[in-house]
Amino acid sequence: MTSAPRDREIAVVAFAQTDHRRTSEELSEVEMLMPVLHEVLDSTGLKTADIDFTCSGSSDYLAGRAFSFTLALDGVGAWPPISESHVEMDGAWALYEAWTKILTGDADTALVYAYGKSSPGSVRDVLTRQLDPYYVAPLWPDSVALAALQAQALIDAGDTDEPALAAVASRNRAAASTNPHAQLRGPVPQGDHLLQPLRTGDCPPIGDGAAAVILAAGDRARDLCARPAWIRGIDHRIEAHGLGVRDLTDSPSTRLAAERAGAFERPVDTAELHAPFSSQEVVLRKALRLGEDVDVNPSGGALAANPIMAAGLIRIGEAAARIHRGRSDRALAHATSGPCLQQNLVAVLEGEPR
Amino acid sequence: MPEVLKAPLVVEFPFTRSLGPVQSAFLTGLRERVVLGVRTGDGRVLVPPVEYDPVTAEEIGDLVHVGLTGTVTTWAWNHEPRRGQPLDTPFAWVLVQLDGADTALLHALDAPGPDAVHTGMRVRVRWAGERTGAITDIACFEPYDGEASTVTVHAGEFEDPVTGIVAAARLDYTYSPGRAQTAYIDALSGRRTVGERCPSCRKVYVPPRGACPTCGVATSEQVEVGPRGTVTTFCIVNIKAKNLDIEVPYVYAHIALDGAGLALHGRIGGIPYDEVRMGLRVEPVWTEGARYPDHYRPTGEPDADYDTYRELL
Repeated sequence: MTSAPRDREIAVVAFAQTDHRRTSEELSEVEMLMPVLHEVLDSTGLKTADIDFTCSGSSDYLAGRAFSFTLALDGVGAWPPISESHVEMDGAWALYEAWTKILTGDADTALVYAYGKSSPGSVRDVLTRQLDPYYVAPLWPDSVALAALQAQALIDAGDTDEPALAAVASRNRAAASTNPHAQLRGPVPQGDHLLQPLRTGDCPPIGDGAAAVILAAGDRARDLCARPAWIRGIDHRIEAHGLGVRDLTDSPSTRLAAERAGAFERPVDTAELHAPFSSQEVVLRKALRLGEDVDVNPSGGALAANPIMAAGLIRIGEAAARIHRGRSDRALAHATSGPCLQQNLVAVLEGEPR
Repeated sequence: MPEVLKAPLVVEFPFTRSLGPVQSAFLTGLRERVVLGVRTGDGRVLVPPVEYDPVTAEEIGDLVHVGLTGTVTTWAWNHEPRRGQPLDTPFAWVLVQLDGADTALLHALDAPGPDAVHTGMRVRVRWAGERTGAITDIACFEPYDGEASTVTVHAGEFEDPVTGIVAAARLDYTYSPGRAQTAYIDALSGRRTVGERCPSCRKVYVPPRGACPTCGVATSEQVEVGPRGTVTTFCIVNIKAKNLDIEVPYVYAHIALDGAGLALHGRIGGIPYDEVRMGLRVEPVWTEGARYPDHYRPTGEPDADYDTYRELL
């Protein structure tokens, strides 16, 4: 193993995502994923054989099959000897693993991808299986129910109200009108209560999708991308798993991850927040101390497209792509996993001064 | 292109989980209509109890007996109960802080409507008629405006403690194998075997999955292979599988169909098990109404030359 300098610079150099849709039943996971993999590879000129490390995020519970990620591996030419890993998590955590792998000096380039097809099952039921199996999962509280408990706690605390939540939902979908990949774009009716106090408009669309990112170190990144999105810091933290132990109106784990990632050292101009429910954006804005001058979710965020297991990686990808395009100089990306923002990852990305 | 196939897929699993001392005491307590919490090093009482302090990670085990009445700390009105949830009539999900506890328990509240629920309201436990030592021994909570129940110390010792739970779960899916595998299965129903050729390495994949795992590129060119093929390697199965009506021993083999770039799996029949060999030429045997070959039998041709299948082992 080569020793790597501790300050090794690592950047997101390419990002691609599918057009997220309610269903993609005509495609297997690998068929859905492959165009995205080819897009990131083509945009850098790399071939699968040039990639030093591959890491993916997905969930067997969405597919209803064990080891489902091994089938998707066909799409990256997983012919031995490939250096490969997988997280049963959002792809943002796969990116974290790839970032640490590059930090060690074992790799200079990494391909990170994530995918999720929610259409074959009932995602609200599927997500109950990630809950504490002794005290919570036997009650089958679905993902919307748990988010609604958090939303009511915020309302009781005076942090928001239903009109403010509607405004969050509306702003995200309006932003998504310029995002060709988003599932819900432009005005969307706020609708009836799905689970009071949350209305259908406060909840993310259910859909299928995939995303891929390429990471590269140092000069390799400069060769592959005109304006690399340098990862200045990245960290992830978790809350206590008991929902009743936590203050649901706050997210100390997000704040700590952001602090460790250096987010508070200087202001950011853009924030891509993985807030599938409008109420969760309220929590995250507070935890991350984001002012009104920060452009939050210019992509439309998870309220516009929430392919499970890919939506967090997409936040990092969207933030990076904005730097690639020169629309941002310093962006924050956040990813979450688990009920009520249980686990949170924060990355700070920067473009070189222009 | 034919319509993509779909079929129901049910995943059911009865996970058997063992309990540590704290969870065992809590769930046994529910069976006996007692709610127990655990005290942390700094004196807070956690209900439901855990074995490690979520703040300090210190091991904890001092049990306390908390009230059956409590206060709602947050709620959400569920007007459309889903399968497996505590009540089948509209109810409120609630976090309830029981009297004497510093944390809240998730459960259901039986109330006439959302207007009857608010944060801070008083509730009490409604027990299930039959209790087994599970969180569902609490049937739900119900509104309550009487006295708070008392809180006492409890040793957490019971006769016949519950030491494990069976966490049954069922998830329903509609499975679709996607475009490439649908084409494969459709062809099989016409007793033809169709693979896909990689545009890059020219290998023919059977069954096809829409991608070449070597090159990482999409495959789409359909190629009919077989029906005859060559046994590339095999094993002799001596253990009878449950629900499988095949006499042991039998032979399970890798079979490279003519024109295929890799071998698929199949059972070999029509020949004594100890006469099967590498290079044996075989053909599929279909049974009436079957969607795939029942087994493969010898064609009677001379064995294939090793060099013709050495790359397919």
